[in-house]
Amino acid sequence: MNRFFKSMYMLMVYLFLYIPVIILVINSFNSSKYMTGWKGFTLDWYSKLASNTMLLDAAINSFTVAFLSASAATVLGTLTAVTLYRYSFFGKKLLYALVYVVIMSPDIVMGISLLVLFASIKIELGFWTLLVSHITFSIPFVVVTVYSRLSGFDKNVIEAAKDLGADEMRIFKSVILPMSLPAVAAGWLLSFTLSLDDVIVSFFVTGPGYEVLPLRIFSMVRLGVKPEINALCAIILLFSLVMVMTSQFLMRERK
Amino acid sequence: MKQNSPVIELTNITKSFGENTILKNLNLSISDGEFVTLLGPSGCGKTTILRLIAGFEQPDEGRILLAGSDITDQPSNKRHVNTVFQSYALFPHMTVFENVAFGLNMDKMSKSEIKAQVNDALRMVKMSDYADRKPSQLSGGQQQRVAIARAVVKKPRILLLDEPLSALDFKLRKQMQVELKQLQRRLGITFIFVTHDQEEALSMSDRVIVMEEGVIQQSGTPKQVYEQPANLFVARFVGEINVLDTVVEKHTDNGFACKIEGFSCEIHSKKRPAEGSKVSILLRPEDLRVEELAKAEKPEAGSIFGRVEETTYKGATLESIIVLPSGKKLLASEFFDEEYEEFDYKLGQDVAISWVDGWEVVLVNE
Ligand SMILES: Nc1ncnc2c1ncn2[C@@H]1O[C@H](COP(=O)(O)OP(=O)(O)OP(=O)(O)O)[C@@H](O)[C@H]1O
Ligand SMILES: [Mg+2]
Repeated sequence: MNRFFKSMYMLMVYLFLYIPVIILVINSFNSSKYMTGWKGFTLDWYSKLASNTMLLDAAINSFTVAFLSASAATVLGTLTAVTLYRYSFFGKKLLYALVYVVIMSPDIVMGISLLVLFASIKIELGFWTLLVSHITFSIPFVVVTVYSRLSGFDKNVIEAAKDLGADEMRIFKSVILPMSLPAVAAGWLLSFTLSLDDVIVSFFVTGPGYEVLPLRIFSMVRLGVKPEINALCAIILLFSLVMVMTSQFLMRERK
Repeated sequence: MKQNSPVIELTNITKSFGENTILKNLNLSISDGEFVTLLGPSGCGKTTILRLIAGFEQPDEGRILLAGSDITDQPSNKRHVNTVFQSYALFPHMTVFENVAFGLNMDKMSKSEIKAQVNDALRMVKMSDYADRKPSQLSGGQQQRVAIARAVVKKPRILLLDEPLSALDFKLRKQMQVELKQLQRRLGITFIFVTHDQEEALSMSDRVIVMEEGVIQQSGTPKQVYEQPANLFVARFVGEINVLDTVVEKHTDNGFACKIEGFSCEIHSKKRPAEGSKVSILLRPEDLRVEELAKAEKPEAGSIFGRVEETTYKGATLESIIVLPSGKKLLASEFFDEEYEEFDYKLGQDVAISWVDGWEVVLVNE
């Protein structure tokens, strides 16, 4: 009896989690335009999507910003984490705490403060402001991911490298970087995802000249959900699944 | 045989961590080719000394000389000293070969030269068959060998070993002790070895340095440290020992007379502390001779007697605790004799205790 309830409970939780997603994917193949019932299988929405240039442009913009911001944040965040781990200096604890403050602070605060900043130095909103903002909110996640991996290291390993004649540069290149690579990769994937699905910060810091996918979808659904959006979401879902699996694989491979 | 010039000298070294002074004005000089062991209780500063020599810590005061030149301010990657860490500290992302080659790569040596030297080093520690494995695929003993190969391949002037065997099981540890000793003889490199284990220290070293709270208590050959401890700390730390406190009554022809736990004794000793001075008589358990007394038998005048309280079978030896009439307990350890295979004491058995004259150590207490 007890076991029956346990499995029922788990079933309910997972249904709750996945029913919306499943309905979305099913509807992306549903020939009924208003999603009121199953009217037969179709790939029309996918081909419609392929000809919706506004949506596609927004998608390309989103992926470009996600890729660039994730890469920049990974470099900057990794170097920050290594500095925090390797060297002791005045204010180190405070700096690490400040990293968490950015993670905890609500997107809306982040978005408005960046907007105020850009306005006060009179930069036109668009690609560059968006990129800088995404780099900003991604860095702390990379720092935390890489730092936690580094603190799991045996400190003696780094001392051993030094003992064997390596200078700081060689220690970084031959020991610290390869050993923290899984965390660096995980940090990149995390930043990429964060950037891709950010709505709030992007809403404040991008201009009309540079539209990103979440904002585009947001404005489209105000007039009702079109079946193409189901198709688009299904594709994005597939993409994130691949990303999650890649990151899991990377983490396992390196252990 | 090895009274060469000192390869490393520590002069007036003081080291503190915050408020705690760990080493106070320490002086240490080690000859080229020596196998020196630092022995002392946990927290006495053994690792700190190694870290100072390796360059991972800086002394607050004092200088460190390597082969005559001052290296106090030299960073650790420039010192011709290498370390074998207790945790092995192998690079987990490199193969065994790459681990051993790491130090040579830093020296900008040619590829073929590196290959030859790494293979030699791996052969020396019997790890040639494992060159392509990752450290995680090796047992503790095998990782230890790789860590040793990685350090000695650099041909350091001094090899520092911080409790390198403490993570190994008893049998493997014994085997590695022998191998390390042979390796040291073959290479002729100075070894500074740290251990908690006094037996390990005695069996491996040319010289044992016994420390307590950052101060060197005695430095000498294993035999000297064991048989002629400089003070009570060394005597108690290196092996088991019975300590009998007494007062010198009067000088005799061969030594002095005193009362030990109520028994009048004559101690044969070259040392003759002033009459009336307090002394400790130290006796190793294996130096005590125990003789059974028959029920009615009267102990000889001048000998010490007591009663067996407990016996412990130790394989090759039998350890017994003997209580003297004063309540003092003595530990005796005797080898099993071929002729009396059944020998064991009954608890409560009366025994007489003696020792070979001159085998006791006399320490004058201040
Ligand atoms: N980095 C450090 N910061 C503060 N205190 C330290 C540091 N390193 C060592 N100590 C202190 O110095 C003392 C000596 O430490 P050390 O590691 O030299 O002892 P040890 O003789 O090697 O002991 P063990 O046998 O347990 O390894 C200890 O009390 C330790 O707490
Ligand atoms: Mg130690």
